[in-house]
Order: sequence, then C-alpha cells, then structure tokens
Amino acid sequence: MGMPITVEVVDSSDSALLSSTFNYFHEIDERYSTYKDSSEISQINHGLPKTQWSTEMQEIMRLCEETKQETDSYFDVEHSGKLDPSGLVKGWSIWQAAQKLLKAGAADFYIEAGGDIQSNGVNSEGKPWLVGIRNPFNTDETIKTVRLNGKGIATSGTYIRGQHIYNPHAPEKPPRGVQSITLIAANVYEADRFATAAFAMGKAGIMFIEKQPGLEGYMIDDAGIATYTSGFNEYVYA
Amino acid sequence: MKKIFIGTIVLATLVIYSLGVRHERPKVGSPVSLSTGSTTNTKTNSAVSTASGSSSTSGSGAATQSQAAAGAYKDGSYTGSTEDAFYGNVQVKVTVQNGKIAVVNFLQYPHTHDTSVFINQQAMPLLQQEAIKAQNAHVDVVSGATYTSQAFVQSLSNALSQAA
Repeated sequence: MGMPITVEVVDSSDSALLSSTFNYFHEIDERYSTYKDSSEISQINHGLPKTQWSTEMQEIMRLCEETKQETDSYFDVEHSGKLDPSGLVKGWSIWQAAQKLLKAGAADFYIEAGGDIQSNGVNSEGKPWLVGIRNPFNTDETIKTVRLNGKGIATSGTYIRGQHIYNPHAPEKPPRGVQSITLIAANVYEADRFATAAFAMGKAGIMFIEKQPGLEGYMIDDAGIATYTSGFNEYVYA
Repeated sequence: MKKIFIGTIVLATLVIYSLGVRHERPKVGSPVSLSTGSTTNTKTNSAVSTASGSSSTSGSGAATQSQAAAGAYKDGSYTGSTEDAFYGNVQVKVTVQNGKIAVVNFLQYPHTHDTSVFINQQAMPLLQQEAIKAQNAHVDVVSGATYTSQAFVQSLSNALSQAA
C-alpha cells in the first residue's frame, strides 16, 4: 500500500507484538498491491480465474460489493476494467491487525496506517487516546482533537501522489469542493470504507453520513469551512 | 469573408496565447493569512532549518508532477508559484531536509470572508458548521490525508523545480 504505518502498544513490552503486526501488513501489501506484479490482485487483473482466488480475496470482493450497494455505487473498486480494492483493504487490515493484538493480550494500543486509526484502551498516561485531525491546507497542523474511546477514525482526501478517489458516476471529474472528510465509526473498517464513498460524493457526502446510523463525520470544504454531523461533538476533546 | 476568416484565426490565436500566458504568469495576490475567518494562526514551523532558496513567485506552473516525485532535492525552503484554484489562489512553500520533502506550508489558500460564512438552517437542519482553525493541542496520533489539488500540484512542482 506504500504508506507509513505506526503501531503503539503501551501495556506490553513484548516487541514480538509489533513485529507480528508489521509482518501482517507486509503480507497484506504482498497480496493487494496493484504495484506488484506478483500480488494476487495483479494476477487477478491479468486474468486469474475466480475459482483460483484465495478465500480472503473472495471475502474482500464480497465486502466491496456490499459496500458498493450501501453507498449508492459511490464506492466502486472497478476502475477501467481493473480491480483495486485498496480503498477497503486499508481499513479492513487495520481492523484485522487490531483484533490480532487484542487476541494476543494487548489492551492499550493504536494502529495507524495512512492516517486511518484503530485505537483501544488508553494511552501511556492512562487517558483516552487523543487523535488530531490534520489541516488539509497545512499538513503539519491539526485543527480538531477527538477522543475515540475505542472507535475507529479515517480521513479521505486527495493525496500528493495524485487523486486516489474519484466519482464513479463521473470518472472524468475529480470530486470538487471538499478537501477532506473524516469519519468516526464503530471501527476503522467502517470509517474507512464510508469515508472513501462520502468523499467521492463531494459536498453531498456529509449529509449521506448524517443519515447513516453509527457514523459521524467532519468535512472540510475548499473555503476552510467545516461541516459536521449532529453527533460529532460527542467525540470532540478540543 | 476571407478577411473575417483570417481575423477569426488571429483572434483565436490571441485568445489561446493569452490563456497560455495567463496560465504561466504568476498572479500577484495580496498575501492571505493562513487562517480562516478572524482566527489567527500563530503556530510557527520549527522544522525549517535552512531558509535559503528563492522567494520569487515567478516561473511556470506547467512543471509536471513527475518532478514532484523525482526523489533527492537540495535542502532548503522553496516558494512555489501562485496558482489560480478557481475559488481563490493557492501558493505553497516546501521545505526540503535531507533531500526529502519535510514540510509543505500554504502561503495562500482560498479564503472565505466572514460575511460569507453562514449556516443554512433550512438546507441542513442537522449539520453544523464552523471555520477551521489551527490548534496547539498535544495529540497522540493524527488522522488525515495529505492534500493536493491541481493548483497545489502546480505550485509544489514549481517550488520543487527550484530544489532540483
């Protein structure tokens, strides 16, 4: 996926927890990177028949289809005949990695990959993890601080390496008007997939999120104005 | 008819030329504070170690994104061209440390005047709005995307072409 990943575990000094987490993300990258010819997704895009797909890949594609149905087709992993499920795999894999940490006995940790975060428990000071929302106009600033209380958070926007989200209903036009949309959901998987879809909707995305139970959002538009859902303030720390 | 035809071609050429020039010429915009509304951003960037480089806003916005991805740059701070982002001007300053992009700051970005900030209660009965402002709060971790737009890419490419 070519993105920085941060893992912090505060209630264990077992470094094997960290290395196994990073190994897991490495495996995910080997399977889903469209930049690697050897990855399963690249082989699929070169014609690997569905009967030979891994069980996990079939599950991922099922989740992608489910998300497409839930988002009025704004979430779509098929671009120009090629499949790229990375918009779902990122959140899904963070969530899977968090489950693995929980099973291994960790309780106080967070995992962050490419700006999407799953936290659990408390930080090293015994307080809820504080998550800053990055200023889309100035990448070394934050403009909002939230407490996740075990929930997941994801932000969709446009990236320096190029527009990575597009509107499937108008592929030639990049989504306009919105700089970034940050979602808080039951877990990072839910936050990530709906953030991807909501960003593709442009300014209508935040109203779509308002109507979804269990999702809260903070959208920043081109003018530096934030529009946020009715329950978002419950998470705001500063 | 022929004269009209030639005149049309001349006119079309001029229009195309003027568009090209407009595209390349830096806009001279009044510096806009890096904040929205009445809030003032007082956060300084401590990551800037070397402050060499050009502060000129000249140069073409036509630099390609591949330059932005080209790897090792000379350390320093570079100011990109001012680009028209349709809804306002975008201009960035990029700081290169150890050959890599360390910080990208917006010197100008589209700015909404206080008077145009309003909440449309009829259209959005449940949603709320506010102007964003920079915080100094300590956080454990940050959620966010690294922003770009066409105007951003052009200003950044221009800045990085100076660092190449």
